[in-house]
Amino acid sequence: MSKILEKRQLTRETVLMKIEAPLIAKKALPGQFIIFRVEEGGERVPLTIAGTDHTEGSVTIIFQMVGKSTMRLGAKETGESIADFVGPFGKPSELDPYKGKNVAVIGGGLGVAIAYPQAAYLHKIGAHVDVIAGYRSIDLIILEDELRSSSDNFYLITDDGSSGRKGFVTDMLKEILEQGKQYDLVIAIGPLVMMRAVAEMTRPYDIETVVSMNTIMVDGTGMCGCCRLTVGGETKFACVDGPDFDAHKVDFEEAIRRSRAYVEQENHDRKSEQERHRCRLTGEVRHE
Amino acid sequence: MNKKKRNMSNVKVSMPEQAPDVRNKNFSEVALGYTEEMAQEEALRCLHCKNHPCVSKCPVNVDIPGFIEKVASGDYEQAYQIIASTNSLPAICGRVCPQETQCESTCIRGIKGEPVAIGRLERFAADWHLANVKEQPPKPKTNGRRVAVIGSGPAGLTCAGDLAKMGYEVTVYEAFHVAGGVLMYGIPEFRLPKKLVQTEIDGLKALGVEIVCNTVIGLTLSIEDLFESGYEAIFIGSGAGLPRFMNIPGENFNQVYSANEFLTRVNLMQAWRWPETSTPINIGKRVAVVGGGNVAMDAARCAKRLGADEVMIVYRRSEEELPARQEEVEHAKHEGIIFNLLTNPTEIKGSEGWVTGMTCIRMELGEPDASGRRRPVPVEGSEFDIELDTVIMAIGQSPNPLLRNTTEELKCHSWGGIIVDEETLATSMPGVWAGGDAVTGAATVILAMGAGKTAAHSIDAYLKEKK
Repeated sequence: MSKILEKRQLTRETVLMKIEAPLIAKKALPGQFIIFRVEEGGERVPLTIAGTDHTEGSVTIIFQMVGKSTMRLGAKETGESIADFVGPFGKPSELDPYKGKNVAVIGGGLGVAIAYPQAAYLHKIGAHVDVIAGYRSIDLIILEDELRSSSDNFYLITDDGSSGRKGFVTDMLKEILEQGKQYDLVIAIGPLVMMRAVAEMTRPYDIETVVSMNTIMVDGTGMCGCCRLTVGGETKFACVDGPDFDAHKVDFEEAIRRSRAYVEQENHDRKSEQERHRCRLTGEVRHE
Repeated sequence: MNKKKRNMSNVKVSMPEQAPDVRNKNFSEVALGYTEEMAQEEALRCLHCKNHPCVSKCPVNVDIPGFIEKVASGDYEQAYQIIASTNSLPAICGRVCPQETQCESTCIRGIKGEPVAIGRLERFAADWHLANVKEQPPKPKTNGRRVAVIGSGPAGLTCAGDLAKMGYEVTVYEAFHVAGGVLMYGIPEFRLPKKLVQTEIDGLKALGVEIVCNTVIGLTLSIEDLFESGYEAIFIGSGAGLPRFMNIPGENFNQVYSANEFLTRVNLMQAWRWPETSTPINIGKRVAVVGGGNVAMDAARCAKRLGADEVMIVYRRSEEELPARQEEVEHAKHEGIIFNLLTNPTEIKGSEGWVTGMTCIRMELGEPDASGRRRPVPVEGSEFDIELDTVIMAIGQSPNPLLRNTTEELKCHSWGGIIVDEETLATSMPGVWAGGDAVTGAATVILAMGAGKTAAHSIDAYLKEKK
């Protein structure tokens, strides 16, 4: 059992939790992930680590309550425990070589939560860091202050223009690149379609671009191959070979198809989970 | 010696099992075990021959005639104690050991007829003990010296059990959320009930073995960390957790599973109980399992139970070369699994990312290869297509790469197996031993247990020397 030391609602859908996990906190580096299971019978869900606190012995995760397991996790309160919390899995991001270099860190939606530790680490080691953070709408903005303080330039974008610039992260990136800015590295973390769009944008400029592939997983140790994807024509396992990969080599079409393998079951589970929280008087679904 | 009359029947007392058309729709155990009468009758088939070749054929050297005699005389607890003195997981071995190639293969009753059903009798004694004896054996006096075991599969559990009996304080580290390794994620419920694995593990805990789940050695903690925290010796039994694929086109379509993934979803994550549990599985109507080993049989039989209309084994050699146990092949056939032998896939077909079929080629057997089996050769121009919803690749597993990727000092073969001294199982790292599938590649439960036992003795000798 792993204890929830702190819970914070960041938006209506997004929750931050600090989980007691001293061994993982000690070992985890930016880019690595954990796997959690809320309860007996629960599924194993991978989540990229959003931060660690060595003194407290905690690991921070940020998640959206969009599926059965994340909804059940989000329903837990500070002081309660979850069944399992294991890691850190995957290879850490290779950030040290970019000391003193120009880096753009691009986060989309929940991906911002994962992009943040990368930006913070790069900023700390003395890289020049531009952050482009994209959200659907103003009420979904997370980690704005944290990102501002760990970047040299911060660009806020919303799909609907309710805050910052209206548009997509790629619109902003396009503008910056067209102004002639030179990047040594672009890190893109977010929905698969967003990461693909960034990859296509940087390809003609030949800028090294890294994406974090959040595939479906079971064990996280290379045992099942559920997380496999094609990178440069070769099959790779996101859990042990990644999760970071060269964005220009990833077969995104395949990755998008594979991410939909259990859409039917996910929809079924989400509906029955919402029913559990539906108010019998008003018919409304309760949100935490 | 037993006074009862020796049973000279040439065939084993048959063991009751669920009817094939009933069991292929449920996950309850297929074989139901002997009654006391059946066990005694079968035990009386043992001639107690002078050389008892069966014992030396057992990787953990169970005193087979000794325990069989106790079964014959109705002293079942004593029979169990005899087995348990050298075998820490009797109820498991009685079910999943390939007795026909080990103990039973040398039984002199097998010269004229069937050998004594040693496996069934072992299972009977273990089940009788589990059902009738509730108290745990006394915890051995500890010698205060600590040993860490990496992996809680058959190799790790055996090593841990044997060391605990010698007085060592043993901690077993497991990456998954439950202990048992392949016994939990790999072998299906209908062949090895998980409650039984749990009971055997509880028995080890009673001996003082501590089991720590959710800890991946190589990631959460390194081997170095373990030594620093006071363990004096380490045994690696991390198993064969790296699935092989065929490297043919289409293997990344949705609904192509590795057998490891398929079985882990079904057994460990209990996908067969979805939506009561949360891990889903897609099965479809027509399923092909590629491969001919026990894992392939397990996957095929699970697929049938999950409701597939048609499940077929696709294997490149002929029936004679099937590496699976005869018993498993028979069970699979009775349950309606189709065998497409001398057939090899060349491509998996798909539409919009999902499997729709598989192109296969007919094979014929040529000259014997390095394994001594006749090499399968494609018959030119014999390609044909099968319509399918799901393909499960069960063509073998390699040792799990996590530990070797994160532990430079641990010397490994290029194919991934950890290099060990064959006699002692010592690795290239001082104070570290390894055994089971992590060393050999995918093999059997009992061979892994044998390795765990050998390593326990080596570790004991090393620590006594070291003082």
